[in-house]
Amino acid sequence: MDWGALQTILGGVNKHSTSIGKIWLTVLFIFRIMILVVAAERVWGDEQDDFICNTLQPGCKNVCYDHFFPISHIRLWALQLIFVSTPALLVAMHVAYRRHEKKRQFRKGDQKCEYKDIEEIRKQRFRIEGSLWWTYTSSIFFRLIFEAVFMYAFYFMYDGFRMPRLMKCNAWPCPNTVDCFVSRPTEKTVFTIFMIAVSSVCIILNVAELCYLLTKFFLRRSKKAGNPKHHPNHENKEETKQNEMNELISDSCQNAVIGFSS
Amino acid sequence: MNWAGLYAVLSGVNRHSTAIGRIWLSVIFIFRIMVLVVAAESVWGDEKSAFTCNTQQPGCNSVCYDHFFPISHIRLWALQLILVTTPALLVAMHVAYQQHQEKKLLVLTGHGDIKSLEEVKKHKIRIAGSLWWTYICSVVFRLLFEAVFMYIFYMIYPGYQMVRLVKCEAYPCPNTVDCFISRPTEKTIFTVFMLVTSSICIVLNMAELVYLVVRACTHRGQQNSNPSTRKGSFYGHKLSSEYKQNEINQLLTEQDGSLKDMLRRNPGLQEKGDRCSAC
Repeated sequence: MDWGALQTILGGVNKHSTSIGKIWLTVLFIFRIMILVVAAERVWGDEQDDFICNTLQPGCKNVCYDHFFPISHIRLWALQLIFVSTPALLVAMHVAYRRHEKKRQFRKGDQKCEYKDIEEIRKQRFRIEGSLWWTYTSSIFFRLIFEAVFMYAFYFMYDGFRMPRLMKCNAWPCPNTVDCFVSRPTEKTVFTIFMIAVSSVCIILNVAELCYLLTKFFLRRSKKAGNPKHHPNHENKEETKQNEMNELISDSCQNAVIGFSS
Repeated sequence: MNWAGLYAVLSGVNRHSTAIGRIWLSVIFIFRIMVLVVAAESVWGDEKSAFTCNTQQPGCNSVCYDHFFPISHIRLWALQLILVTTPALLVAMHVAYQQHQEKKLLVLTGHGDIKSLEEVKKHKIRIAGSLWWTYICSVVFRLLFEAVFMYIFYMIYPGYQMVRLVKCEAYPCPNTVDCFISRPTEKTIFTVFMLVTSSICIVLNMAELVYLVVRACTHRGQQNSNPSTRKGSFYGHKLSSEYKQNEINQLLTEQDGSLKDMLRRNPGLQEKGDRCSAC
């Protein structure tokens, strides 16, 4: 179970996203996860081994490293990416639930079901409206919150985004104050700034997607208000089913298939 | 065989789970196994090489490490995750057995064509009858394993915090020596994270247990109040089809007699198995 598996899981969600959502997913996988795996992990690979303190006191290096790096950048980014990509699964679950309901209708032989076979239901793309709109909007909202929280945690822990070359440490058992040197500070700064920039781009995309969805919602609402003939069809489902049943029962046609409401 | 293999095996079980069961499986794979593989393993990667003792006595380092870390957190979590996910295989085996029986029945009753047999594999089996008991057992075992491992964890590493310094006086260390652990804060963060997700999984399992029991009691209550329904037995889904057949017959009693007779003569014209929907 690694990033590849996550990509497989989230790839399915892509079908039901908006265009901005698809761009966001691409940015996430190519500019964040892939950069993390192929580049950033190598840069931080020797972070503790090459963290050198100017002392022979055993244990001083460990303690100073732990003091300055409570959680490594790489792990923070990994957690951030996992948390940020997971709300999309809410949408996947909702879509799966809708698909399941359609399949049930199809199997019951509901006349309203316009699909020719199960395969078509599986391949169908659902429109983002009704309850799916709320699920989708919630997922974007959670994404935004997680991104913001992690960026704040980053800034709070590492006091700005720059990696210094030298840190002065006087935690026990270091005798007095010792100089400790960080490995590859410039490269780490470059990658930190890169990941922060891409994170900001993702936040902007999420905000844009949220605005887009809200705009679409209000436009649709105003269209409905201006067109009084349009009724939400779910309220008439039960009555339609009952009418159909009655029709079929009173019909003496040989090939009648009866569906009954549960 | 690695975590991906386990994922492939358990994804199949997913189809026959309840909604809570599916959420539990997602939490296990994304927030526990994935975090273990992509993050936690690298935190604990250098736990022995960077474990430093304030001595030059050969062997003291190894002995002290072994004394304080009888089994590494990573290995404990891996064992926990494997044992916790495996009871789901009981359900998979039972489902496979039921499907096998169904296929045999189809062949015996003369419906042994390829299409019907394929249909058996595809339809979702209802969690009723003996399958319900198997499912309940699997959830109980999951709970048990989670609880046992959390207790073992607490016994071996009292409190869940990783300290920076441990004092060691095992032979051959001269007197008491200070030993320093690598990345204690990061390890504490991940230990707390895994603990929290473990608790969430326990809560989900308990919710699923309650849900299954309540559903079974509700169904029982409905069956008691409706004496024309037979008690669910081995072929739960078959009987639900018969129950629907009864309903249709009842419905049609006051209606067109010829239609009713026609349906009785040709049961194949009836709707094709309304198998149980999402539980």
